[in-house]
Amino acid sequence: MLDSYFPILILAGIAIVLALLLMTLSRILGPYRPNKHKLNPYESGMDPVGEARERYSISFYLVAMEFIVFDLEVVFIYPWAVRYLDLGLGTFISMMVFITILLIGLLYTLKKGTLDWDLKTNKI
Amino acid sequence: MNPAILEIGPLAIPVWAIVLGVGMISYLNSAAILVYAERRIAAFIQNRVGPNRVGPFGLLQPLADVLKLLLKEDVTPTHGYKKLHAIAPMIPVITALLSVAVIPFGAGLYVTDINAAVLYLLAVASLGVYGVTLAGWASNSKYSLLGGLRAAAQMISYELPMGMAVASVILMTGSLSLVDIAESQSMWWNFFVNPLGAVIFIICAFAESNRTPFDLVEAEQELVGGFHTEYSSMKFGMFFLAEYMHVFIGSILITTFFFGSYHLPFADLYIPADMNIWLKGILDVSVFTLKVCFWCFVFIWVRWTIPRFKYNQVMKLGWARLLPLSIINFMVIATIMYFTN
Amino acid sequence: MIVYLFILLAVLAIGSALAMVINKNVVNSALFLVINMVSLAGIYLLLNAQFLAVIQILVYAGAIMVLFLFVIMLLNVEDEEKLFDKFRVKYFLAFILGAAVVGQIFYSIAGVTDMLPEISSNMAEIGTVEEAGDVLYTKYLLPFEMTAILLTAAVVGALMVAQYKIKKG
Repeated sequence: MLDSYFPILILAGIAIVLALLLMTLSRILGPYRPNKHKLNPYESGMDPVGEARERYSISFYLVAMEFIVFDLEVVFIYPWAVRYLDLGLGTFISMMVFITILLIGLLYTLKKGTLDWDLKTNKI
Repeated sequence: MNPAILEIGPLAIPVWAIVLGVGMISYLNSAAILVYAERRIAAFIQNRVGPNRVGPFGLLQPLADVLKLLLKEDVTPTHGYKKLHAIAPMIPVITALLSVAVIPFGAGLYVTDINAAVLYLLAVASLGVYGVTLAGWASNSKYSLLGGLRAAAQMISYELPMGMAVASVILMTGSLSLVDIAESQSMWWNFFVNPLGAVIFIICAFAESNRTPFDLVEAEQELVGGFHTEYSSMKFGMFFLAEYMHVFIGSILITTFFFGSYHLPFADLYIPADMNIWLKGILDVSVFTLKVCFWCFVFIWVRWTIPRFKYNQVMKLGWARLLPLSIINFMVIATIMYFTN
Repeated sequence: MIVYLFILLAVLAIGSALAMVINKNVVNSALFLVINMVSLAGIYLLLNAQFLAVIQILVYAGAIMVLFLFVIMLLNVEDEEKLFDKFRVKYFLAFILGAAVVGQIFYSIAGVTDMLPEISSNMAEIGTVEEAGDVLYTKYLLPFEMTAILLTAAVVGALMVAQYKIKKG
């Protein structure tokens, strides 16, 4: 079994070497003449105002949170989708219940407007 | 890994090594060809000429682009995290290349046939999110950070309906191996039996590639260049490379999951089972390549035809439309499949 | 071969875990945790648990760590302060407790004679997606159903936390 993962190991090795090679090549070939204004972060030609890393909308965090939950759902579904024809009616029904519960959860969050990024209806 | 061994005279070369080599080269070349194709097709759509100076018909333009990128100065902004700034562009390139391993390019032409190939593809794709997020974070620029965050949120949002659409394919195949999925479509393409899943998957593939109409990530008018505003030289080139490789991978996945992989439609009816192995190989690979080229063309076509969404529309489409739709599609197909078998 | 791979992955896992704890930059710490997750997936693979290995990358490295990264960026934490700027009794006590735990770990390791657990011959089949599905949806059906409720509770919880903040602020 393990030898079927061997090509992936080789592939990862080649990919990493290739990426490093491209990076170093441009370092070697390109010029390097930094000055203060060149190294400033871009802000439409002005000197940057304030910090770049500020706090931002909580919606991004909520999206990531919801993503974990539904990613887990997807992960649970895959082994079932492979075997469901051989596992009997009870398993089928329980999976439908599982999906329905999560679907209700999704509809609830949609109703509450958590994932709604519209300015007018944004309740959060 | 692929157990087959190709014997040419005294040489015995394992097939997986050949497919691996050819696959990687075609991945890297696809980016160059797609850049050229994109510029020519864009020019055609906008009634311009496009690049035509470097070489015949401008065919050497990608080469000139790469040379130019290599010779440019590599600038890291002040107060940015230097190491993260350098690592970030490598991540999407590496994760894109990693997907070669499990894709069948023809009957028996695959690198390795692992048990959880579909999950492997999803896992590799989910690691690609780090590239854009870190690029945005490490640059110390407002545009970059916003672009990176938008990219990450958008990519993870569309991974879910994509995963569900693939799950509805798994229902019919009963295996997570891409080789089995490709093989099972010799008669009916999955598009014919699961058109809704196919449409959902295609939309998600477009969103994952971060191109118009989903290019909120680098929306020029508001975010300058998005997460790669502060990137120059080959570091920028690698994001560019990764973007076009993702278009290529998107086309490959659409083809493999829904459009019969290397099979012609209803191939069982007229392709003889005892076909010459070389002839079959050539037929398979050319059918596969043609389909992938078609989907690459659609990617470019859509980019130059449809205007950009607003970000709230993108999120609404992903969470409020595609995700419930894909879940219901999955449940309906599961019910039909269960009670007809 | 497998032993060398295991040693490589184990060193990578422990090294990245240590680097995660020691590193002052929080984003760097999070990335070391990602490396840690990936090397753990490699170790699972060496135990022939293919499904678990892929899931480890997909869920932990691909989803949960993205959330971590988002939270770190959301909170905009500065680099950690230097921990030991002056001596305090509680630091000393914490050190003793930590040393006791490390001693316990080393003591347990010394008791183990075989370095790698034996992999039974049918393990290669047990680690596949099909087998995982067979067990999960028959023997562990109730925990599986409970997961759905737990996940929904998590969704609602996240929502409530976010709304609470807004109302107060």
